Amino acid sequence: MSTELAGPTKTPSTKPPVGAGVGDIGNDYKYGFHDKEDYIFKSGRGLTPEIVRYISKIKNEPEWMLEFRLKALDIFLKKPMPTWGNCKLLNDIDFQNIFYYIRPSEKQQTDWNEVPAGIKQTFDRLGIPEAERKFLAGVTAQYESEVVYHSIREDLTKQGVIFLDMDSGLREHEEIVRKHFATVIPAADNKFSALNSAVWSGGSFIWVPPGVKIEIPLQAYFRINAENMGQFERTLIIAEPGSFVHYIEGCTAPVYSSDSLHSAVVELIAKPGAHIRYTTIQNWSKNVYNLVTKRAVAHEDARVEWIDGNLGSKLTMKYPSIYLMGARAHGEVLSVAFASEDQHQDAGAKMVHAAPDTTSVIVSKSISKNGGRTSYRGLVKVYPEAINVKSSVRCDALLLDEKSRSDTYPTMEIDQKEATIEHEATVSKVGEEQLFYLMSRGLTQNEATAMIVNGFFEPFTKELPLEYAVELNRLIQLEMEGSVG
Amino acid sequence: MQAKAPILKIEDLHVTVEDKEILRGVNLTINPGEVHALMGRNGSGKSTLSYTLMGHPRYHISKGRVLFKGQDISTLRPDERAKLGLALAFQYPMAIPGVSVVNFLKAALRAVRGKDIPIKEFRQELKARMSELGVKDEFLSRYVNDGFSGGEKKRLEILQMLLLNPTLAVLDETDSGLDIDALKTVAHGVNTLLKPDTAILLITHYQRILDYVKPHFVHILQDGSIVASGDSELAKELEAKGYDTVTRDNIMPVSSGAV
Repeated sequence: MSTELAGPTKTPSTKPPVGAGVGDIGNDYKYGFHDKEDYIFKSGRGLTPEIVRYISKIKNEPEWMLEFRLKALDIFLKKPMPTWGNCKLLNDIDFQNIFYYIRPSEKQQTDWNEVPAGIKQTFDRLGIPEAERKFLAGVTAQYESEVVYHSIREDLTKQGVIFLDMDSGLREHEEIVRKHFATVIPAADNKFSALNSAVWSGGSFIWVPPGVKIEIPLQAYFRINAENMGQFERTLIIAEPGSFVHYIEGCTAPVYSSDSLHSAVVELIAKPGAHIRYTTIQNWSKNVYNLVTKRAVAHEDARVEWIDGNLGSKLTMKYPSIYLMGARAHGEVLSVAFASEDQHQDAGAKMVHAAPDTTSVIVSKSISKNGGRTSYRGLVKVYPEAINVKSSVRCDALLLDEKSRSDTYPTMEIDQKEATIEHEATVSKVGEEQLFYLMSRGLTQNEATAMIVNGFFEPFTKELPLEYAVELNRLIQLEMEGSVG
Repeated sequence: MQAKAPILKIEDLHVTVEDKEILRGVNLTINPGEVHALMGRNGSGKSTLSYTLMGHPRYHISKGRVLFKGQDISTLRPDERAKLGLALAFQYPMAIPGVSVVNFLKAALRAVRGKDIPIKEFRQELKARMSELGVKDEFLSRYVNDGFSGGEKKRLEILQMLLLNPTLAVLDETDSGLDIDALKTVAHGVNTLLKPDTAILLITHYQRILDYVKPHFVHILQDGSIVASGDSELAKELEAKGYDTVTRDNIMPVSSGAV
């Protein structure tokens, strides 16, 4: 039970985060927290029931959430580490040496000088505006987005859409949250969902009323006055019957995080006839372990798409899943992974067909270079009652040199003979003849490789909003030049 | 009349590929404003020559050299050669999945010209060349050579030549697989490449294209070297008598005006 504030020696900044109002100076009200004078306790490293109670109390949560957290902590402490995946890296995690929660107002801002040079270079090359750079590097806590997104938020309110950070969602819409929270991913699902369930903070809560189709993609940083890119975000999206929402999180620019363990949980519920598209592009700095549990439930005639881009982190383990529970539901996972030196992208997808006439598509594209490692881990499961299922899986791996590695672990559990299942896997390297052809048109070897790589990712890139697609292409070019740290 | 400096001078070129010697002493000079046809059987070394000129890493010059605009290019990379004004229309162009034709053309032009071209100007040029070659708009959004028919691939090669406007265009069996109408269109495009300060090396198996693209010189490549050179009459004779009549022991005389 630690009561000391361990960690960096700099004194906490008394400057309010950028964008905060005058009245917010010195307290956490805008995050909905209790007056801090009630609390002498300061959270330190390591995970204990006291810290979990502290988190729940300071967020002013209902009793049932505290109980949920404590039960989850118990599960986390008892569950063994997974014995599959990159066990070497997983077992390197020092759970006692992590801050599981720091109040936003106490959060140490990163000193710009500490930000790795490679990341600063990428900001330059991508032309990221100054204010954004500081946000991405953790130098400022808040993105100055209030004015821009105000009118978007007004529109949403008019349509009856609820879009808040998860903490506020729980406080202001307790019944909706209670009804759906942890129904898709129970705490006991795996060790890291248990961890998240115990110490979650931040993330998005979205509720779309029946029949409402939101035209613009909702993005994480629209959530003003909230923590962003937290370690243990919890997201819950509920699309009522006949509705549509597209949510985007992350960005192609590198994000520097001094926290090395990120373990998010994302739950999506697509009720009958609803459509949810969830796009993620993560480019965490290379010190980060990114262990995420993402799952959706699709009811009849519903549709869920996970568009999943994994560019950064030291180790990512993430398998977006869709449980097709209602007839004629459709699920898609389009996943790309890019692993360079000292990176392991262990990604994939899970499709569970539990109803008739359901369909699914998995497309996984991965690239390894410079000794990086990518793995595809996938499952297609068809239950006996799921007749007339069509599922196709395609995983393509591209190895850019002899040092790099790619593995594929596809699993099919088909318990219904009236099912059409396709699976195609390719491994290739960049062809010498392709390179020669492009170089004969004046492209240098790096430019030619970048063009081939961009072409390889194209099925993914074309599903992204234009700005993201452009930035992703540019980032790949930088990677090929070897100038990205 | 004092000739301008040659665009291409190949001197006693010997080339090996995977330790097998394919070219055994090729000599060839191409001056500005000239069209040279290079004919030969399969396996004679025609593609080896075109790949060597463009700088394919597996084609190793064991002896001799290649001068392009007076500069020895033997050690230059393919992209460096392209920037100097050398271009190759491939016999078997590679597919680049996921890369659209328009993006590919834009990147190639930028690379060779060394700077960005304004969108409007690019579009105009592109449209003009496409209509010359009878290439439709929807072509632009397809992926480079991916699922293209043989004729479509050849047309894209020539479209690139027209846009790149090279000093020396090496066309490797550009005519193969084309029907007569396509051939005429492509030939017309090829002819526009020829200017007083540029030249064309047309590598071909059949003499048919030479009815539409008139060569100043015709060379016959056999067993890795040029065994005969002449004018377009040589090509007609070859067509009439076949390659068998052309052997080391029966080399046809070099007629005036060559090399």
